[in-house]
Amino acid sequence: MKMTMTQKILAAHAGLREVTAGQLINAKLDIVLGNDITTPVAIHEFKKAGFTDVFDKDRVTIVLDHFVPNKDIKAAEQSKTCREFACSHCVSHFYDVGKMGIEHALLPEQGIVTAGDCIIGADSHTCTYGALGAFSTGVGSTDMAAGMATGMAWFKVPSAIKFNLTGKLPENCSGKDVILTIIGMIGVDGALYKSMEFTGEGVKNLSMDDRLCICNMAIEAGAKNGIFPVDDITLAYLQDRSEREPVVYEADPDAEYEKVIDIDLAKIVPTVACPHLPENTHPASELHDIKVDQVVIGSCTNGRMEDMEAAYSILNGKKIADGIRCIIIPGTMQIYRECVERGYVTAFIDAGAVVSTPTCGPCLGGYMGILAAGERCIATTNRNFVGRMGHVDSEVYLASPHTAAASALTGYITEYKEA
Amino acid sequence: MNTQGKVFKYPDNVDTDVIIPARYLNTPNAQELALHCMEDIDKAFVKKVEKGDVIVAGWNFGCGSSREHAPLVIKTCGTGCVIAKSFARIFYRNAINIGLPILECEEAADEINANDEVSVDFDTGIITDITTGKTYKAQPFPPFIQNIIKAGGLLKSLKEAENK
Repeated sequence: MKMTMTQKILAAHAGLREVTAGQLINAKLDIVLGNDITTPVAIHEFKKAGFTDVFDKDRVTIVLDHFVPNKDIKAAEQSKTCREFACSHCVSHFYDVGKMGIEHALLPEQGIVTAGDCIIGADSHTCTYGALGAFSTGVGSTDMAAGMATGMAWFKVPSAIKFNLTGKLPENCSGKDVILTIIGMIGVDGALYKSMEFTGEGVKNLSMDDRLCICNMAIEAGAKNGIFPVDDITLAYLQDRSEREPVVYEADPDAEYEKVIDIDLAKIVPTVACPHLPENTHPASELHDIKVDQVVIGSCTNGRMEDMEAAYSILNGKKIADGIRCIIIPGTMQIYRECVERGYVTAFIDAGAVVSTPTCGPCLGGYMGILAAGERCIATTNRNFVGRMGHVDSEVYLASPHTAAASALTGYITEYKEA
Repeated sequence: MNTQGKVFKYPDNVDTDVIIPARYLNTPNAQELALHCMEDIDKAFVKKVEKGDVIVAGWNFGCGSSREHAPLVIKTCGTGCVIAKSFARIFYRNAINIGLPILECEEAADEINANDEVSVDFDTGIITDITTGKTYKAQPFPPFIQNIIKAGGLLKSLKEAENK
């Protein structure tokens, strides 16, 4: 057997002893996910095809996160469609305002996804859960509809690129700088159709939040999934959280990889992806002439507790530069509450930032921080495509929470250096 | 099955945000969404596109978001086919699942010019540039995927299997 970790999980879910890259399989799904934008389309397709029941009410997860609290009447109608469907099918994992969070921060936090799972989600950043040692990938609404109806999905078994991580990150870097560096290295289609398997002794030096962030942006390199091995950090995270028993898969020692790329974490520097592609990366230190109008700290990439801690450590007791709008969005209600309890929210407000309830909002140009023509934002989000956060003539620079918070204090792109 | 029409040409890495900007995704209505197809890369597209026309693009077409609204608006506008050097994987899946014909062909994507008249035969994968007289052969789909396309999309193929 020469299977990668991803191939092992897929083989087990397809009921096969072995699979090879390129093979088409039908796999059993542990979780099927959708949000307030993709689920209405899935519901429409589900009904149109004549399906009446979901395969398992405990395995379908619907999270309202993109445009909630509803940004306008049409968004309210989409939320209503999801709510009514969830209610009529007794969907147990339905997350509405007050309970919701940004889906890819919420599902791991709530223990809905776990190690060894096979997961599809009608959201491209569903690849996030690979951090837990799961196979997890983004699909469209029709795949979601099929998954809800049958509990199965077809996959082409991917080949893999192995990233051998060594060393330990510098204090001012996090998982975001790692994944931006990798995307800069291999390009936005550098892992097209493939798995990105992260291994090596450096893994133990990456927190769960770092790993979730790294896997989250695997899609930005075109990957089918990103995945980390399960270690003590993973198991500690899953303990008392995971609804189902984690299943640990390991790559075979002789697993075949298309390529092996060595990454020395100690050599990572604060990295920024300039407009208009995530592969257009530069060290933050080389961009200090670039003035910004807005800073966004949040999203499914960087709205977790460690991201809030990074923002707090830099903004506490300081003032955001004149003329800069700083928007901070904790990823889930639990993180939001923690920020309130720890006094972060007060510190953010005193610094001159605004703190929103969880939403994808500005990341995809939905609401809560849309840019006008000619405006620039440094954001901890995941895409900097033309028009992504607003006007087609606006610009998004992608960075870590450290770099974004430091930039909020100066008004220019700034590499964070500890005082 | 085939299509014939004029070519709209686009570069590498056309993302789903420019195909259908998220600011319009507060409705699932395909007709309404289609009014904004390609808006952030080519404002004139929706005014000029006619039934059967062909989009020709570079590498990694449809990268970014998983929104199925992207292939859906391209199909709803009347576009007969998208030819690219490669497709982002979620877009590729979505196009097959909803029945938007797509073909991968590097040579055709390089050589076919904007506004050329092109015909595409999906059964054989033959692309003919009527303007230049050149023909190209695209990679055919594996039989598994051909079955989904023949059934008229993923859900119809599942229903067919269920009824057998």
